[in-house]
Amino acid sequence: MSSDRRHFDEMLLGQDAVRAPYAEYENWFSQEDRTRLSKKSKEAEAFFRRTGITFNVYGQSAAQERLIPFDLIPRIIANREWAKLSKGIEQRVRAINAFLHDIYHRQEILRAGIVPVDLIASNAAFLPQMIGVAPPGGVYTHIVGTDIVRTGEDDFFVLEDNARTPSGVSYMLENRETMLQMFPELFSQIKVQPVSDYPKNLRHSLAASAPKNCAGKPTVAVLTPGIHNSAYFEHSFLADQMGVELVEGHDLRIVDGHIAMRTTEGYQVIDVLYRRVDDDFLDPLNFRPESMLGVPGIMDVYRAGNITIANAPGTGIADDKAIYSYMPDIIEFYTGERAILKNVQTFRCSEPDALRYVLDNLADLVVKEVHGSGGYGMLVGPAASKKELAGFAEKLRRSPANYIAQPTLSLSTVPIFTKQGLAPRHVDLRPFALVSPGGMNITPGGLTRVALKAGSLVVNSSQGGGTKDTWVLED
Amino acid sequence: MLGKTAGGLYWMFRFLERSENTARLIEAGFRIALTRSKDPEAEWKSVLTTARVRADYDRKYDGYAASNALDFLLRDTDNPSSVISSIENARTNARMVRTALTTEVWEAVNESWMALKAVLKNPVTQTKLPAVLGEIRRHSAQVRGAVHGTMLRNDIFDFTQIGIALERADNTARIIDVKYYTLLPSASFVGSTLDNVQWETILRSVSAHRSFRWLNNHEISPMSIAEFLIFDSRFPRSLSFCSRILEDNLGYLAKDYDARLPCHDMIDAQRDKLRAHTISTVFDEGLHQFITSFISANNAIGEQIEKDYRFVG
Repeated sequence: MSSDRRHFDEMLLGQDAVRAPYAEYENWFSQEDRTRLSKKSKEAEAFFRRTGITFNVYGQSAAQERLIPFDLIPRIIANREWAKLSKGIEQRVRAINAFLHDIYHRQEILRAGIVPVDLIASNAAFLPQMIGVAPPGGVYTHIVGTDIVRTGEDDFFVLEDNARTPSGVSYMLENRETMLQMFPELFSQIKVQPVSDYPKNLRHSLAASAPKNCAGKPTVAVLTPGIHNSAYFEHSFLADQMGVELVEGHDLRIVDGHIAMRTTEGYQVIDVLYRRVDDDFLDPLNFRPESMLGVPGIMDVYRAGNITIANAPGTGIADDKAIYSYMPDIIEFYTGERAILKNVQTFRCSEPDALRYVLDNLADLVVKEVHGSGGYGMLVGPAASKKELAGFAEKLRRSPANYIAQPTLSLSTVPIFTKQGLAPRHVDLRPFALVSPGGMNITPGGLTRVALKAGSLVVNSSQGGGTKDTWVLED
Repeated sequence: MLGKTAGGLYWMFRFLERSENTARLIEAGFRIALTRSKDPEAEWKSVLTTARVRADYDRKYDGYAASNALDFLLRDTDNPSSVISSIENARTNARMVRTALTTEVWEAVNESWMALKAVLKNPVTQTKLPAVLGEIRRHSAQVRGAVHGTMLRNDIFDFTQIGIALERADNTARIIDVKYYTLLPSASFVGSTLDNVQWETILRSVSAHRSFRWLNNHEISPMSIAEFLIFDSRFPRSLSFCSRILEDNLGYLAKDYDARLPCHDMIDAQRDKLRAHTISTVFDEGLHQFITSFISANNAIGEQIEKDYRFVG
């Protein structure tokens, strides 16, 4: 779709002026030889291929491995801007954990009439198996990736809360590594807050969330669906960086009421499982019986308090797109504070008035499936053909509760490096928050995704998006 | 270490060794077919038999034309032991066990995979063959170098060496098995051109035509070749050498894990058997029988290791 021409560019103000956070970078960039940068850009691609930083694309042949294109112009955030963002994320993640505890226990928020009962009771992301279960240390979402977009100098919006198994953090880390290798001199000139502590923090955060009865140093493992999963690189990367085992369902079984992994020396108990397998596939005895990816009976071990599952099963109820529109109220209910970060105006198609408005204005709206992710199954109104619009309107009428709609935002842009010079492209931002009983840790920066096609607003890697290194400047 | 990881390491290095062995068989076959043989098709047939892929090949082709044999051995994905299948399998296993590998080893394997996929994308002409085989050898050496230069000497390393030793012993034994009749004293008389050609094929298939001559003053006899391939403790592809690597590394595991397992008894028995024999007693007993029983014992050890160290659940 073509975007509004008045969108906010985070680097360039006009012909010759740059915004303050980019001043030092621009100073360096303007003296750089473009041919050298072109060469560097190719080097980066070769580096990604060689190190195997690839992802598998669903729906293509099994052997298909693709690179997420990397752009060498960093996305730069001032310390002051980050301070507000991280405060907002912290507040939001705190509220999400409180909401999850409440929704699986006393459900005060439903009794108070703030979130409609129907929305929970009829929601596939709500797991009745979690009712009354107390996760170790009281933490539900240990890892949260909050998708944030910007439309102006002070206008940040949360687009989505990823409270299940957010991915992309390996790209945040590898993008920085790549930049450090390509342009070491830049980092001696400009003080950028480091991100490389993330794996260490993740390990500590997971270990701190171990069950109470865990004696000695907790054993942590990462559970992956296997090498054909689209995010397998990230799973092995994180296990490697944390120095813990990367396990699959068939490596695990229950031994004396604990989850244990098959090692060369016998079965060894796992205390904390960082699972990158969806709820549905986690336990064939409790959820999908045909799943081969999980561990039969793990939910019983979990309920007995003998393992920490991160994130806890059932956290999807908090990042559901239908719940999203209630987030400002949810934050206020649990924290007593106004939400620091704004929500995007959201029309719940389950409500007749909203549905009518959405149908009348379909060509101006973005419509998303309530349970969808990864940019699949969504409609970008302004980019859609008449036929697509009509087809989607039909779907909306048939099952309105499956959809929400939002106005198309004029997303901010950051330039990318092209042969013709700098070219503005729309971006979003996914910072990562780690939660343990001891507190929260948010890595300064996050993953910046960029729509590489001119004017496009879709940043998902599965839909042709790329990534940038994200800098939060020191004071 | 996870049992699955041990299995992945073991198979990764078996497949890497296999890709190199297949390249070496091709190299020997190509050279003999080119320079010495009156019947090149028979050479390719013999190479396919040694690589243990003849049944699959016969299902696909009639006759043993060099171009078909080459294509099948190098780049046919229907052939599970082709160079391309082996490197693909090695890399898939490497991805699975990536957390157990150093960055250098992973990158060396990944680069091999990228390079060989590119090189083997189109059929390899005879003109290009030497360069292609050279590239396969070079990549294999690079991975080996990275392993030796960067990996900790722990159980991870032990499983890589066990995979290599088993695959290599199997390969050398099969070469003897296919050509054993040319090594029998009864079937040969020294100086016959035919035998010289066959002996050279054997030595080239294990990259030992030069070292053998150095060690034996250019005196080639079938018995000395057999002795070299089976017993010479200096030659890194001899059965005796491979068995020692296996014994050593299984020994390190036993010590590390403080556990003696059935596979340890089996490798001890194999060592004792090799020690109890000389080349004369092997010939007295029957070379073919000796080799056949070595191959099945070698396979049995591999299977026992898989069980003892819980490669699969």
